[in-house]
Amino acid sequence: MVDLNPFSLWRRLLALPNESQTKTIAVAFIVATVCSVLVSSAAVLLAPMQEANRAAERQARLDAMIASMPAMAEILEASGVDTLETVVVDLRSGEVTDIDPGTFDARAAATDPAMSSEIPRELDVAGLGRRADFAPINILREGDVVRLVILPISASGYQSTIYANIALEDDFNTVAALSIVEQGETPGLGSRIEEPAWQALWPGKQIADESGSIRLSVVRGRASNAFEVDGITGATRTGSAVSAAVHFWLGEYGFGPVLARLREGTFAP
Amino acid sequence: MKTLRHLYGPIIDNNPITLQILGICSALAVTTSMTTALVMCMALTGVLVMASAVISTIRRHIPGSIRLIIQITIIASLVIVIDQVIQAYAFDISQRLSIFVGLIVTNCLVLGRAEAFAMHNPVGPSMLDGLGNGLGYSLILLIVAFVRELFGAGTLFGRMVLPTIYEGGWYTPLNLMLLAPSAFIVLGLLVWAVRSLRPAQIEQADYEIDADKERQGP
Repeated sequence: MVDLNPFSLWRRLLALPNESQTKTIAVAFIVATVCSVLVSSAAVLLAPMQEANRAAERQARLDAMIASMPAMAEILEASGVDTLETVVVDLRSGEVTDIDPGTFDARAAATDPAMSSEIPRELDVAGLGRRADFAPINILREGDVVRLVILPISASGYQSTIYANIALEDDFNTVAALSIVEQGETPGLGSRIEEPAWQALWPGKQIADESGSIRLSVVRGRASNAFEVDGITGATRTGSAVSAAVHFWLGEYGFGPVLARLREGTFAP
Repeated sequence: MKTLRHLYGPIIDNNPITLQILGICSALAVTTSMTTALVMCMALTGVLVMASAVISTIRRHIPGSIRLIIQITIIASLVIVIDQVIQAYAFDISQRLSIFVGLIVTNCLVLGRAEAFAMHNPVGPSMLDGLGNGLGYSLILLIVAFVRELFGAGTLFGRMVLPTIYEGGWYTPLNLMLLAPSAFIVLGLLVWAVRSLRPAQIEQADYEIDADKERQGP
C-alpha cells in the first residue's frame, strides 16, 4: 500500500538528505513554480495600471505639444473640437484606412510580420530594421482643409529608441512643433532633447528644399539656416538620431506618400 | 545586542561598496540624480531583505548542487515583482531607471549576502544583515548621487540649487559629473576618506614591488 497522504509525503520529502536526486529535483521544481506564479500574478495584476500610465503619458505629451503651439489652440477653439482627429494611414499608398485607432497598437504592429515590412538597408537611416505598414496620425481640420498634421517618428539613438511626434503646418513642409515622447539617452547629455528649450528650436524650420530633398538636420554647434537645428554638446549621436528619424519618416519609405496626398489635396478620411 | 551588529556593521565598518567593492555597476549607472538613486536604493534594500528572508527560511532544504540557481531564481523573481510595482506606481521614475532595476539581479551584493550570510543564519539575523547591507549601499549611493547631481546639473532631487547658465544663472554645470567615470572618481575619494579614518580597512598589499635593479640614472 502506497502512502498517498500529502502531509506525510511532504514530511518525507523534507526528511530526505539534501544531496538526494529526488529532493534536488523536487526543490528546484517547487521553487520554480512558486516564483513563476508570483511573477505572473504581479505582471497580470499590475498590467492595467501600467498600460493606463503609458496611455496617460502619451496623451499628456500630445496635449503639451498642442499647448506649445498657440495658434493651434486658437484653431481648436474656433473649430469647436477639443481634440485632434486620429486616423490610421497606410504608409505604402498614403491612404486612410478604416482601422480603428483606438485598438491599433503601432509598436506591436512594427514587429508583426503580417503588418510590417523590412526596411531596405540603404533606406534604413534610422536603424529601425522594420516598420509597420500602418501608422496612426493626428490631424486638425478647419472645415475641409487640413491645417495641421502630427506624425509619430522614431529612430534608434545612442542607447535607446527615441520616439517623437512632429507637427507640420498646412504647407506640410514647415515644422510646427517637435515633442520627444520617449527616450532613454544618457542623462544630462542626450536626454536633454526632452528639454522644452531644445524642442522650442524646432518650430518654423523647413523640412525639404525646393527640389524636394529633405534637408532638415540637427547640426553640431549653432544652426545657420532654416534647415538646421542647434545640436546639444556631448550628444552628437542623439542629435543625429533625431535627424535620421526626420529623414526616414518624412521620406519615401515613411510618411512620404501621405504628405504627397496632403499636398495634392487628395487625402480623404 | 549582538544581532544588532548585523544591522549597523555593514553601514560603515563593513560597507559593501567601500570595503567589499560590490554592486559598483549600479552605483555608477543610477547616481546621476538623487531621485533615481533613492528609488534604486529602496528597490535594492527591499530585494535584499526579502531575498535574505526567503533564502534563510528554506536554507536547510536547498541542495548544495543547485543552491546558486535557487538563490538567483528567488532574487530574480523578487526583482521582477519590484520592477512591475515601480512601473505601476512610480511610472516617471521607472522610465528614468530603465533597465537598472532589472539589473539588481546581477548585483553581486544581493547574491553575495545570500550566499555568505542567509544560507547559514536564521531568518531574523539574515533580514537584519540584508537591511544593514542595503542601508550601507544606500548611504554610499546617495552620497555619490548628491555630489554628481549637485555639480553635474546644479539641482538636488530635481530642484534648482545652483542656478545654471541654461536657466540664466551663474553656474556652469560640470558635464563630467553626469558621465559614468565621475562615479568612479567620487567612489575612489570616498574609499580613500573611509580608509584614512579607519586604517583597519586598508588591505595588506599582496606583494611588495621591488626596486628595479637594472634601472640606470636617477
